[in-house]
Parts: sequence; structure tokens; C-alpha cells
Amino acid sequence: MRRGFIETVMELAAEREDICLVTADTGFTILEKFRDAHPQRYLNVGIAEAAMIGVAAGLALAGKQAFCYTIVPFVTMRCFEQIRVDLCYQNLPVKLVGVGQGLTYGTAGATHHAIEDIALMRALPNMTVICPGGPRETAAAVKASLDLEGPCYIRIGKSGEPPVHPEGDFDFKLGRGCILRPGSGPALLATSNMVEPALRAADSLAAAGYDPVVVSMHTIKPLDRALLADLAKRCSLLVTLEEHSLIGGLGSAVAEAVADDQLPVRLLRFGIPDCYAPVAGSQAYLRNIFGLSVEQLSRRIQEELGEK
Amino acid sequence: MKKLSTENRKRLVEMHQTGSHFGSALSIVDILAVLYHRILRIPSPDDPSRDRFLLSKGHAASAWYVTLVSRGFAPEQVLTEYLADGSRLYGHPVRDGLPGIEASTGALGHGLPIAVGLALAARIDGSASRTFVLMGDGETQEGSVWEGAMLASRLKLESLVAIIDANGFQGFDEVANIQPIETFRSRWEAFGWAVKEANGHDHAELEDVLREIPFRAGCPSLLIAHTVKGKGVDEMEGRFESHYLSVPRDKASAWRDALDRKAEEDER
Repeated sequence: MRRGFIETVMELAAEREDICLVTADTGFTILEKFRDAHPQRYLNVGIAEAAMIGVAAGLALAGKQAFCYTIVPFVTMRCFEQIRVDLCYQNLPVKLVGVGQGLTYGTAGATHHAIEDIALMRALPNMTVICPGGPRETAAAVKASLDLEGPCYIRIGKSGEPPVHPEGDFDFKLGRGCILRPGSGPALLATSNMVEPALRAADSLAAAGYDPVVVSMHTIKPLDRALLADLAKRCSLLVTLEEHSLIGGLGSAVAEAVADDQLPVRLLRFGIPDCYAPVAGSQAYLRNIFGLSVEQLSRRIQEELGEK
Repeated sequence: MKKLSTENRKRLVEMHQTGSHFGSALSIVDILAVLYHRILRIPSPDDPSRDRFLLSKGHAASAWYVTLVSRGFAPEQVLTEYLADGSRLYGHPVRDGLPGIEASTGALGHGLPIAVGLALAARIDGSASRTFVLMGDGETQEGSVWEGAMLASRLKLESLVAIIDANGFQGFDEVANIQPIETFRSRWEAFGWAVKEANGHDHAELEDVLREIPFRAGCPSLLIAHTVKGKGVDEMEGRFESHYLSVPRDKASAWRDALDRKAEEDER
């Protein structure tokens, strides 16, 4: 996904003089081509995330389109108040790009896990929150972010994520979920790197005789409430899937919509419980601990459907 | 210029019958007067080539408001909206709350990094626009100030000018009791800034020193302006409490008269 990001930025920067890229000293093997092609519009501020956001705000005040790039906790939490005041309060079109969605950096430890970022970014007025489901959605999100008047947060992975969209054109609009698998229900609403396991869990559900829908909810704010209302009409069960705390992420956003819009539907939420990963482990290992493996998802959803 | 500062202080006496930070505003009145009436090149507040000014110590917003009025960017009448229900003249400035307010501030330590970004954008665009940022002395305890300070010198942003309102007080003590002020200047020099000092209430001295920017080629400039918290109002001058006190309603008229008397004495 980092490649999807940088290739798209390179493409856009070749056409637009206003695009700037700011990093807080991450991006080795990823950002060099931008640095070399556009040295004037590239800045490594050093290990100084607060300054990175302030500098990007200054660039935006002068009419630039600035991307701020570093690992999720450092681009969202270390500099949270700068994001709040400099970007959101002033409603400036700065794009925060967070690398390492969810448990991507599993073995690095909880300092590098991204499990509270969506909750934090979602709470900020004026902020758009985008969690692309794969490399192609990342590229589309980066392009679409240039049309936003205010700030956005784009949560991406690292590398080697499998594609979740088939080859060919697909319709990507911010604020509109992408239906990856049509069906009659249950409806699996997945975001970020849980889209791919959701598709595999859907295969297993289909093998068991169900007809699941799979949606990539790449935009968590604003949430596609029209799609939720439509799915609630057709499906008796909505399932949310995210590699993020169950507090404040996609599942919370959907629960709020279900309550506010009085949708007549059951909701099953998959995510990380209110804790830090208790042990080191690969992403796959940690998913298993938190009940997020494809087998666990499929089994738990079938239990829920069986309990009707 | 002296008359202008007296008028601005009288406006502040009128406005500060409610709210706090009267003393913090009084200490920067003269700095802002010299900047807006002598130094800053702002043909109009939306001219793309204008110099930029940021008030990083946003709690002194009222002083910015009166200065923008004195510069003619907003009508006198708007000042009656200060802190009023439904107005945009908050105790801390919001971008475009008045023409000329370049950025929303109020949380300390934000201004310098934003100023670095503005100065960098001017360099990218080949613009002659300069960027000025005014900080409090206590404010420089924020880590983000030093992130910005390191970056500005590394980028050799000679179009960037930071001014410290060194009034010696912060929210709950004297600055000197929190951080040693003996090393204040040398810390900035060690970070690669060209530093000068001036009396922050002497218009001629401020103007002279600000005409010398950049203080050294290839470096960002820092002016330490030595000021008095609560300057101009005897009941507030040099008092830590002026950070919080308002003007008693029954004293406003007498305090304005006293400012006029002082101005007359100064002329003689």
C-alpha cells in the first residue's frame, strides 16, 4: 500500500506544482523518488511530528497541498493537538498518511500498533477518515483527497497487501462504501486490512449455504449511512470487521448510525477488545488471539446466524 | 506612534472589563504597533505577496484586534464584539475572525512550526513575503517551539523572524523560577538563530532593530523584546496577577484618563 501511495503521489505531483510531501523521518525505500524528483517540495522535518503538522499547516495556509507521512501512532497521536488546532480548527487541506494499519507492525509491540487512531481522528470536527481496503483503494483515496476542502487521515498498510478489487475500473467515491460481493445477507462491513479476511470469511459462509454481502467501508467519516439503511432493509445481520479497538472505530460508527437512524437490524462487531496486545506476535498470530482469523470470523458469524 | 499605542491601550481598558489576559495584551501593544505601522508589508490582508504575522501567544488576542483596527483592517466598532455572545472575537484568535488574522492560535507552541511552513512556501514560490511570529517567553518551554527552531535554522529560513515578548511572567510563576533566564539567549543561538535584544516598549529602538532583519545572512532572526507585563496601567504593571485580572468597571474611565495623562507627560 505504501507503493500505491507513493506512485499515486508521484503521478499527481508531476501534474500539480502545489503538492508537497513532508515526513518525520520515515519512508526509507519508499519516498526517495519524490525527494529526488521534487527536492523543493519534499521535506524531512526530522523526528519532530509536532513540527511536521505545523509546517504542513503553514504550507496549506499558503495554498499548498501537503501530505504528512509517518507511522500511524506518530502521525495521529504524538501530534494530536497540532492536528486539532492547526488542521481541524482551521479546516486546512492537509493529508495525514498513517503507515501500519492495525496490527501490521505486530512484532514491533504495542507502541507501533494502530488500534486507537480511527477513534481519535473520527472525533475531530472537519476531519475525513479514510481506511482503504487495499492498494487500489489507497491510490483512489489519495487522488480523491485532493478535492477535499479540509483535512483527512488516510490509514494505509505497509507492503504486500493482497488486492481486494478485481482488475479493471471500479467506482470509488469518498463517503460511499464499495460493494465487493453482492448478496442477500449477512452484510459484512469491513475496513482497512480487514477487507481481505472478510472476503475469505464470506467464501466460507457461502460454502455453508449463506449469501453474504461484503462491503469495503473505506470511508469511516463521513459514514455511508444510506448504504447501511439499504443493507438493514435487506439483511437481518450487519457485521463490522476492523483491526482497531472496539471503542470508537468502524463498529462504533455503525452502532451510532444503527441507533440514530433506528435501523431494524442486529449488529455483530469484530475488533480488538479494550487492551494492548499482551504478547509479541505476527499479525496472523495476534489476529488469532483477538478472534479475527478467517476461521474464527466465519464460525462466530454462523453461530450468530444460527441463534436467530 | 506613541499616541497610537496610547489609543490601543485605552481600547484594551475598555475591552478588558471582562475576561483575562489583560496584562499579556498590554505587554505586546508596542511591538504590534511597530510591526503593523512600520515593518510589515501588507498592502491588503488578502494580498498573496504580503508579509505574514502570527500571534503564537494567542491569549493576547485583544492586542492583535486593536492593532488591526488601528491599521485600518477592521472598523473600530468590531471591538465591542470582544468576547460577546455570538461573536468571532474570542479570547484566542480564530483565522479570519478579523481581516489580517492569519492563523488560529491559543494552544501554546504552535506558531513557530506554522511560521516555518509559511516561510518554506514563500521560498518554494520565490516570493519576497516574510513571516513574523510573536511568542511568549514562558511559551518557549513547549517542545514544539524547539522542533520548529531546529528546523528553521537547518532550512536557513532568513525570511523568518521570531519575536519573544519577554515580560518575565507565565501562568503560575515568574519565568525565571521555572527555567533559568540567564541562558535564554544562548539557547536560541545554540539552535542556530541570529539573536538581538531590544526594549519592547521603545518604538524607535524596535523599529531600528527590526529594519536590520535578517540579523545574519542565512539564519532565522530572533528578537528578544524586553517588556513589562501590564505595561501602561499602573495597577497592572509588573504584576503576575495581571494575567487574570479584568478592569473593574468603575475604574475603566479613570484608567483611560491616566493613560492620556501619561502620554501628555511623555510629550513634555
